[in-house]
Amino acid sequence: MTVAAPVARATVEELLRDCAPRVLGVLLRRYGGFDTCEDAVQEALLDASTQWPAQGVPANPEGWLVRTAARRWIELWRNESARRRREEAVAAQPPPGPVPAADDTLTLLLLCCHPAVSRPAQVALTLRVVGGLSTAEIARAYLVPEATIGQRISRAKQRIRAAGAAFELPPPGERPARIAAASQVLYLVFNEGYAASSGPSVHRVELTAEAIRLTRQLHGLLPDDGEVAGLLALMLLTDARRAARTGPDGALVPLAEQDRTRWDRSAVAEGVALVSTALRTTPVGPYQLQAAIAALHDEAARVEETDWPQILGLYELLRIVAPGPMVTLNRSVAVAMVHGPVAGLRELDAVAGEPALAGHHRTAAVRAHLLDLAGERSAARAAYRLAARRTRSLPEQRYLLTRAEALDR
Amino acid sequence: MKYLIMIHHNPQSQAVWDAFSAAQKAAGIKAYTELTEQLVESGELVFGHALAEADQARRVTAVDGQVTSVDGPYAESKEYLAGFFMIDCDSLDRATEVAALIPEARMGLVEVRPILTYGPPDLM
Repeated sequence: MTVAAPVARATVEELLRDCAPRVLGVLLRRYGGFDTCEDAVQEALLDASTQWPAQGVPANPEGWLVRTAARRWIELWRNESARRRREEAVAAQPPPGPVPAADDTLTLLLLCCHPAVSRPAQVALTLRVVGGLSTAEIARAYLVPEATIGQRISRAKQRIRAAGAAFELPPPGERPARIAAASQVLYLVFNEGYAASSGPSVHRVELTAEAIRLTRQLHGLLPDDGEVAGLLALMLLTDARRAARTGPDGALVPLAEQDRTRWDRSAVAEGVALVSTALRTTPVGPYQLQAAIAALHDEAARVEETDWPQILGLYELLRIVAPGPMVTLNRSVAVAMVHGPVAGLRELDAVAGEPALAGHHRTAAVRAHLLDLAGERSAARAAYRLAARRTRSLPEQRYLLTRAEALDR
Repeated sequence: MKYLIMIHHNPQSQAVWDAFSAAQKAAGIKAYTELTEQLVESGELVFGHALAEADQARRVTAVDGQVTSVDGPYAESKEYLAGFFMIDCDSLDRATEVAALIPEARMGLVEVRPILTYGPPDLM
């Protein structure tokens, strides 16, 4: 085997994440049994992550991983004494063949997002199986102990086994729901990463980049799915503002006050192209509409140039396609920007009593913002303070209190 | 989302516990063991601990680099924290469901508090 010079750990990690689902696919085809195969691949990835940075990447990394994982699989399998009698027969079989051209990523992603598995467990399993992250990395990213994530993953695998799910694409009738579940999982990962980038993020895996990478893969596999394209566009258009989103002291900078020259123009261009094509060629859906709204914000060189009438129109559509409390709130902001703060407040008052909105901090925050625009300083100050008391996000709490203080002066 | 579930004790609850028979005490401890197992199994437990008696507590004051401390608060004096779970679960409703399984919930001594996050401002 040709062995290259030692390489950077980051390069190795990237390579391993890329190989992970394909190696698992080979093992599953060879041996079956998602649970044990996944454990074996995970151990092979850990072996590689300790050996390769020092000893160099083998000439055929996937071949190395497949061989190591196969060896690990046999070890794991030997430990199950009930099956010992069949051991010789299996061990005598030739090792798995070369990595096939077929991409198992979609099959694995949809298996991880099986409806028998709870959403948090789907997230953990997807990051490990499809993303190739270790349990320790996932635990650090979510600020929970490794045992918590380990348990979620093993329970998820038990559930998949108990449901009798096979390593194959779900029947066509179930596919749209599974793809929607997978999209939601990827969006959750993205949002968690978005959170991590404004918190204490030392040594945390960059979940935002990971979510974009996996969604890009999913889009590559399902290029005609407009909602997957919309999700990728939404992520790119949101992440494009990352550098401008926090100030030098880590404080939150609202969209209207961001330095737009710091937005990532190439991410904006890619997101705009994706969502434009999807809207033109596929049935409209919530991710596309949210991406289209993000695109209108991103395309305004100055905040005053924001096309609020069109944003309001998109919220009207969103309210039909995917109604929800956040859509309702954001729509009232758009109403205020088009028809004035008093009209926005009237809209808000009409809906603020709904159960999902009544005690929610965002309702108070939006009211504060609209009162602020209307020049109602003291009412705005009280609403900012109420919102600050109710939010569970520390950066947002700081931001809301700063706005309240600004009105004191 | 993470939640801290706090279990408080007070002199009355301590008296109730002290008056329990051995079998009743065993049942109380079993309820905790089962709850912990259930939370480990579901992947929701972040960590949880019982705290030593409140009279082993030490209240610390640090002013201008001068550290002083006093023992207590003592169990007789007031309500005190006796133990806690930190869980990571789907919703406040789920956290409430877990809190209701704690034996002290019968005496109204269990409190659920959401943990503040560094999360983005625009999530539910």
